[in-house]
Amino acid sequence: MSLTTGPAAPQAAAVDKSPHGGGGTGRDRRGNRSLSKHNLTGWLFSTPFLVLFGVFMLFPIVATLLMSFTDFGARNVTRPLEAEFVGLDNYTRLFQDDKFLKALFNTGYFVVVGVPATIVLGLLAAILLNNGIHRARTLFRVGFYAPVVTTIVAVAVVWRFVLDPSDGLIVSLATEVGLTAPDFLGSETWAMPSLITMAVWRNLGTVMVLCIAGLQAIPADVREAARLDGAGAWQELRGITVPLLRPTLLYATVITTIGYLNVFEEPFVMTQGGPSDSTLTVSLDMYREGFNFFHMGYASAMAYVLFVVIMGITVLQLRLLKDNTR
Amino acid sequence: MTAETVEKTPEAPVRPARPVRRRTGRGRTPLLYVIASVALLVMAAPFLWMALSAFKTKQDLTANPPVWIPSRWTLDNFTALLDQLDMPQYFLNSLIVAVLVTVSNLLFCSMLGYALAKLDFTGRSKVFALVLAALMVPGNLMILPLYVLMNGLGLIDTYAGLVLPFAAGAFGVFLMRQFMQSVPDELLEAARLDGAGEWYIFWRIVIPLVKPALATLTIFTFLGSWNNFIWPLIATNDPDKYTLPVALATFANDPNRTVGGGNGMLMAGSLLVVLPVLAVFAVLQRHFTQGIATAGLK
Repeated sequence: MSLTTGPAAPQAAAVDKSPHGGGGTGRDRRGNRSLSKHNLTGWLFSTPFLVLFGVFMLFPIVATLLMSFTDFGARNVTRPLEAEFVGLDNYTRLFQDDKFLKALFNTGYFVVVGVPATIVLGLLAAILLNNGIHRARTLFRVGFYAPVVTTIVAVAVVWRFVLDPSDGLIVSLATEVGLTAPDFLGSETWAMPSLITMAVWRNLGTVMVLCIAGLQAIPADVREAARLDGAGAWQELRGITVPLLRPTLLYATVITTIGYLNVFEEPFVMTQGGPSDSTLTVSLDMYREGFNFFHMGYASAMAYVLFVVIMGITVLQLRLLKDNTR
Repeated sequence: MTAETVEKTPEAPVRPARPVRRRTGRGRTPLLYVIASVALLVMAAPFLWMALSAFKTKQDLTANPPVWIPSRWTLDNFTALLDQLDMPQYFLNSLIVAVLVTVSNLLFCSMLGYALAKLDFTGRSKVFALVLAALMVPGNLMILPLYVLMNGLGLIDTYAGLVLPFAAGAFGVFLMRQFMQSVPDELLEAARLDGAGEWYIFWRIVIPLVKPALATLTIFTFLGSWNNFIWPLIATNDPDKYTLPVALATFANDPNRTVGGGNGMLMAGSLLVVLPVLAVFAVLQRHFTQGIATAGLK
């Protein structure tokens, strides 16, 4: 679900503002008679989706909120209605829970370091492949994008060996050139940067593809003119490419941020949150509280705190997007 | 990690920005190819390591310094893996779930997409607003009560339990609506005048016209399902119902996994999970990149 929920969100909001597309709809909207013409069919076509949506999405969203105000525990899995209302207890406890605060901090760390790195490298890859390279473009694009489509668990397993302190690839390479590499996943300092590196490796392809599409929409004569005016590479990047790509870059930032705020698989497979909770993210903490300890009320509160954070940041970023596309 | 950043950072800020076009930058082009090739190698290194290690002997796997090319190629890791894990079953589970999720998304998302694009009905804008709002909600917000619900319905460890939460996604509706808006209304009106019913119009006229969108939706939904991890992890306890990623992660985190040979099996397992995805991707990569670009910028 995470793969498909993210990408369309921001431009969805943008499209919503434009007048509805189809010619017929605009015509029909005025007359009530033609409006009702498709009432029954419209609802019949909508029903299957809405039923699934209601049962498996809307209901759980509301239920999570309700659960977050209860002491929902293991016994309530079979008897949900016996959970007791505890008001805001879960929420107040959360903000006194060092482990959760650490998870929140770690997630923030992941976003603050990971998002800019992903965006910058993705943009540079796009510029390189779009403007610098003409032959074997497909090969390069496939290579850069392949990590995006691969099963994260499988590549996480491989990364674990690449980063292994005893016979891992990087440690051995470092030894060969006379350097001592740290125990990446076993060190509180290095574990998080290692996971972030992996996430950047995995996600920069998405940013690259978006940016290539954006770059191809920039008219060639704009660049031409800049070059005739004697703009260097850096000036062109700052003065033309980045400003004209701004909507794309902000959109890429929004989806990358949402993805990283939800980060789960990397720490789950590679470090299990360790060492000493240094890679414990909010999603992983929620999973553990919910499904290992069955503190489901508490975990629900966690889910809602994360949701509010995500919504807040997304709305902020979308506002930027709107301001800049005007 | 060090090798990554060390290799990537210097190449990055300096050159790619330079517009190399016909007359101006011929001399620079080989350098750009070198940079791009090094970057490509870094990106591909984990895959290469995975693929080569899957065929290594125990000695090669634990060799220090590590060897890239197996000194002796062996299928032992694969046979051991198939011996210890029921890979065909996991593969089948992943496939069944992904196919069902894809088919139901294609059908239900197209139907609602059609209604939103071409049928003016009371409440349409509210339904569309709901779809847009749903795009923003992270999946993790739902899994706790979803588990309770599925448990209550007796659907834990069933295909239905794995499929239903993903049977109709908002992304698909949005995508289909966008594409269906470009189908001319005149075409539909003409069919209506000829006495065609809405279902006929949808099925015989609109669906054939939006095949590229259906292809895009198929790819993304199938892969999303194939790669999905957290929900199958929660919704299965019985190893017989594990999907590939769950089986692989369980095996990877199993403390009893023997160290030397176990690693080779993990590489073999990873390869088996990733290979179909990479194959599909290699064949359909044009659709992928177009899909991303369209969904992102339209």
